[in-house]
Amino acid sequence: MANKILVFIEQRSGKIKKSSFEAVKTASDIAQKISGSVEAISIGNEIENLEKVGGFGAAKITHFKNADLENYSPSAYADIIAKYSTENNIDLFFFAASSMGKDLAPRVAVKTDSGLAMDCILLNCESNDIIATRPIYAGKAVIEIKLTSPKKVFALRPNVFNPGIPTDKKAEVSVVNISSPNLSVKVVDIKKSEGKIDVAEADIIVSGGRGMKGPEQFKLVEDLAQVLGAASGASRAVVDAGWRPHSEQVGQTGKTVSPNLYIALGISGAIQHLAGMRSSKYIVAINKDKDAPIFQVADYGIAGDVFEIVPAMIEEIKKIKS
Amino acid sequence: MKIAVCVSHVPDTAAKINIGSDGKTLDPNGVTFIVNPYDEFAVEEALKTKEKIGGETVAISLGGNANKETLRKVLAMGIDNAVLLKDDSYRDSFSVAKALAEEIKSQNAELVFFGKQSVDFDNSVVGQLTAEILGYNCISVVVSFSLEGNKITCEREIEGGKEIVETTLPALITAQKGLNDPRYASLKGIMASKKKEILEKQPAAANNSVEIISMKKPAPKQAGKILGTDATAVPELVRLLREEAKVI
Ligand SMILES: Cc1cc2nc3c(=O)[nH]c(=O)nc-3n(C[C@H](O)[C@H](O)[C@H](O)COP(=O)(O)OP(=O)(O)OC[C@H]3O[C@@H](n4cnc5c(N)ncnc54)[C@H](O)[C@@H]3O)c2cc1C
Ligand SMILES: Nc1ncnc2c1ncn2[C@@H]1O[C@H](COP(=O)(O)O)[C@@H](O)[C@H]1O
Repeated sequence: MANKILVFIEQRSGKIKKSSFEAVKTASDIAQKISGSVEAISIGNEIENLEKVGGFGAAKITHFKNADLENYSPSAYADIIAKYSTENNIDLFFFAASSMGKDLAPRVAVKTDSGLAMDCILLNCESNDIIATRPIYAGKAVIEIKLTSPKKVFALRPNVFNPGIPTDKKAEVSVVNISSPNLSVKVVDIKKSEGKIDVAEADIIVSGGRGMKGPEQFKLVEDLAQVLGAASGASRAVVDAGWRPHSEQVGQTGKTVSPNLYIALGISGAIQHLAGMRSSKYIVAINKDKDAPIFQVADYGIAGDVFEIVPAMIEEIKKIKS
Repeated sequence: MKIAVCVSHVPDTAAKINIGSDGKTLDPNGVTFIVNPYDEFAVEEALKTKEKIGGETVAISLGGNANKETLRKVLAMGIDNAVLLKDDSYRDSFSVAKALAEEIKSQNAELVFFGKQSVDFDNSVVGQLTAEILGYNCISVVVSFSLEGNKITCEREIEGGKEIVETTLPALITAQKGLNDPRYASLKGIMASKKKEILEKQPAAANNSVEIISMKKPAPKQAGKILGTDATAVPELVRLLREEAKVI
């Protein structure tokens, strides 16, 4: 088999998502081990810096262009990728397991009759087979799986695979204008949560739990987030209490996050909360109960009162940043 | 209109997970199973839609006999009929989707609700796969749903906001938390559900393409350092984050 790999490049408002670069780099590392090749596909209207995928290892990128495709359309996107893959004999597909990738990858899998490995956190090659590791039971276990179908789809959890430092190689860009895409399902508008960094995409997250005592005191969580350029998150207890919106909830029934730094303020560390954040690279816990389970996953902790510690943290960070 | 809802039967989110002696499966000893939490939102939306436009609701679950408990619970919430696609063997998402699609087709359901994710293998794919196999329009991770005639408008949660998505019937929707507040089963519902029959069917044999090599517990994290109990520990914390972890 030629092992031709196609990476889907996700864009929002004409900008390529970082998780797509992670997917290109991972695909190109895999390609080296299975003597394959990597190309990329993007769909949308105008997209900046398409040639940049070259620096992460894709030799070429084909951009399918139509003003109606600036926003996501599952039906049109899946059709375009499936058609391209048939015409170009694609064997392996790589997606970022973002909200778009999670929606799109299974559709492409059905259309191309491929096996599917979702939300992978590690890919290894063993004699031409790709072994994917993925968390199950909310991270309480992991499985290693192998796809036995000839064609395969892999979706990679964002922020887990290292995109490395790009080379200055440029990909060959071809643009294909398409007329009358299949818009049977179509995003007609996007409502952005005003001016905030989303927990799903943040490098640093500062989350507050019931230990923050009330909605007003979340100002402290937001202030610490602000000095760090971080997103603010929350435990379910405070979302259910109506102190914070559901979009901030981290955990099994909220968002799964893996930032570089996760700071938990007044969060006990219930198993369903850990499910959403235990794969963070560094975890800091501030909790006045030294036996709180959050300390079992924390790299650094202070067993004290958030109302004393957090203002001191804000001051200290301001000091080193100035 | 016939409205279908697909429900899975999963370990309680608080359950301790132990690996079976084959090193590939869950050891079910001591694990309580529940209705998949996201599927409760799907059931609620099916019931609300029926209340608005009439019709009939059917719940479908694929799995072993134990899945009947989950089907009973959704019957008690008010679902009209239940089908168990009986299969105790391992199926990957694709094989689950094929069997569900077959049943949805034979039920002639034009509107189908799924959960966005089963909290067992956390795949988040069976809904999209089933829709694609059926050729139905599909919107996933939905937090608001409206149906006017043939037209569907949904809000779908994405990073940093929501997409407003439009489509038409026949359609399959996967439910995210926030879509609604699932009702509790009433005593009357519970009594009625006990009398209802759960139809058992044999799905076509699985054709899996996902082979499980191993199942393990994640490597335990080394317990971290507690640096102190008051604000005097803060400078050391910030220094470690900057110099050792290099994250700020
Ligand atoms: C089906 C299901 C799904 C769930 N999904 C999620 C989910 O997605 N995300 C989630 O987070 N939870 C989820 N949960 C809920 C979870 O079980 C916990 O109830 C929840 O995470 C607790 O939130 P908390 O840590 O904020 O509150 P608590 O458990 O009440 O902890 C508060 C902590 O604050 C500390 N504290 C109090 N005062 C101070 C102070 N002044 N300074 C410092 N520390 C202080 C206390 O010592 C305590 O440890 C789910 C539960 C179920 C059943
Ligand atoms: N065995 C099953 N029987 C019925 N519905 C299922 C089954 N497995 C998954 N589903 C449905 O598909 C959704 C997504 O599951 P998954 O892709 O496994 O995360 C669930 O929320 C259910 O609605």
